[in-house]
Amino acid sequence: MKRFMPLIVFAVLLILPQIGLSTYTLHILILVIMWSVIGMAWNLLGGFCGQVSFGHAAFFGVGAYTAGLLYYHFGVSAWWGLPASVLVLTILSLIIGYICLRLRGAYFALATLALGEVLRVTAENLVKFTQGDLGIMIKQRTWVEKTWYYYIILLIAAGTFFLVKKVIESKFGYYFVAIREDQDAAESLGIDTTRYKTIALCLSGILTGIAGAFYMNYMGYIDPVVVFPLYDISIVTVMVVMVGGVANYWGPTIGALIMVFLAEIIRSMPKIGAAHQTLFGILLILIIIFLPNGIAGDYRKLFRLFRSKGASSSHLTKAS
Amino acid sequence: MAVQIELFLQTLIAGILLGGLYALIGLGMALIMGVMKIINLAHGDLMMVAMYIAYWLFTLFHIDPYISVFIATPALFFFGIALQKFLINPVMKVESILPHNQVILTVGIGMVLANLATLFFTSNYLSTPVSYSSKAWYLTDFWKEAPIELSLSAPWSLSFLVAVAITILLWLFLTKTDAGKSIRATAQDIDAALLMGVNVRRMRVVTFGIGAALVAGAGCLFIPIYYLYPSLGKQFTNIGFVITVLGGMGSTQGAIIGGLILGIFESLTATYLGMGWAPVGRFLIFVAALVFLPGGVASIMREKRLGK
Repeated sequence: MKRFMPLIVFAVLLILPQIGLSTYTLHILILVIMWSVIGMAWNLLGGFCGQVSFGHAAFFGVGAYTAGLLYYHFGVSAWWGLPASVLVLTILSLIIGYICLRLRGAYFALATLALGEVLRVTAENLVKFTQGDLGIMIKQRTWVEKTWYYYIILLIAAGTFFLVKKVIESKFGYYFVAIREDQDAAESLGIDTTRYKTIALCLSGILTGIAGAFYMNYMGYIDPVVVFPLYDISIVTVMVVMVGGVANYWGPTIGALIMVFLAEIIRSMPKIGAAHQTLFGILLILIIIFLPNGIAGDYRKLFRLFRSKGASSSHLTKAS
Repeated sequence: MAVQIELFLQTLIAGILLGGLYALIGLGMALIMGVMKIINLAHGDLMMVAMYIAYWLFTLFHIDPYISVFIATPALFFFGIALQKFLINPVMKVESILPHNQVILTVGIGMVLANLATLFFTSNYLSTPVSYSSKAWYLTDFWKEAPIELSLSAPWSLSFLVAVAITILLWLFLTKTDAGKSIRATAQDIDAALLMGVNVRRMRVVTFGIGAALVAGAGCLFIPIYYLYPSLGKQFTNIGFVITVLGGMGSTQGAIIGGLILGIFESLTATYLGMGWAPVGRFLIFVAALVFLPGGVASIMREKRLGK
């Protein structure tokens, strides 16, 4: 059963648009799947390899801008951004990897944190190249219907899931986990830690970039504040994985489902809408304190928590 | 030519004054980094909280921002202690896959603080219009035949002097008092400090409080010369960790030098490239430090001392 789970989920998601969902529901589903792609990409690097990134917005935004700039400067379809972002992000990840993955400790987290900010400022200031704050708009989107977008992102997600699973189950996966658990021990066993960390970063960056390029095609408009924000993308990416489950294949998907729905519900509430970052922050703090491995990782603890509560309450009723 | 020299010297002065304030931000972060081995990514947001305290004290009671240093600093000290005691310490004990949980936690704290500030105080830019804000001393006032004209802004110099005073006080605290020595011992080697009877847990709590207090001081010194808005924390967190990396993770002397370097560098980019590029310049210095000097300024100082 567990082996066929991905296939079953994929089949269900494949049929889902055919049962007549509203455009809004489809939009939410597309966002959920897109976030789960980003989450899976982050999980590969952060969850399995232990290199926490606070700047996945950088990869996301570079992917989106690759697609947008190709369209804006060369007039080709923005869909070419998907393959092009693979190339661009490989180069970007190699550079970042060369600079900060040689070192251990918090350097990588800090560098990624700064990178997102720097790219936002660069995109804002290079007005001739990126249109600055005006952003880039695709004048004619490929489809008005959302169904095709849904299938495309579903395929990307399925591919990502498959790739992450294959990589983690291969020799690489064991190296990644070894690096996360004890870098000195991994190195003493002959693992070239810098190299494998860079590989994880490249894969993660590429997958996030593809999601970004898809976002450009789907939304049809980007500007620096939309694709490079710290809280709304980088931290939400971390949260998607933390809430769902770190180092777990299904974690990011569960996390994306919860986070996107939560965001929609919170934003739709009139007074509380503006406070969504506060609520997200409190959720993040609670998750770290009580469920540090996320819902998928700590579901037993979650069950136990509920059961013990149930038990104590029944005990109380007995006593009374 | 004289104009260019004048511009350069003026930029340099502004850079040093700015660097003194940056050093105060970096010091707090370096202390926390040294003792707790985590980067406090809510550092800038704590500064933002202190700046709002100073702002409201000024607007409601007309208390000068330089006097609110004495109010905001203890307030943030206790706030930092509370954060450390009730949020960060419990997480240190939690078993998890990721080693960076506490860092992610500080991001969460920063996020909540920034958003709450936006909710309560709106995202308008605020400032405290002090009477001496445009006062300055000019070189020609003292030396009539000076070939070039330099000026020294009064609030900037005052902020710089207070920052230096706070730094000296901190240095005295760290080198002369028992608590200070315990903090330094904890930063050097937790196990050894434990064996010597240092209450490491209490030192962690106190250190976080001191770090928050230092950045609160920097906030009060910044408000007469800068403006205030809720999301300013992110920018100063970035500044803080660039200084920490530049100075050498956890080194306090390194943080002071790192702060000065960053201040001068940023002043130069602002003059010669434009204000908007300051974050990029900061990032370049960060990358340069990572590539060429991963141990920071502290590693150079250590080498020199060994050489003697």
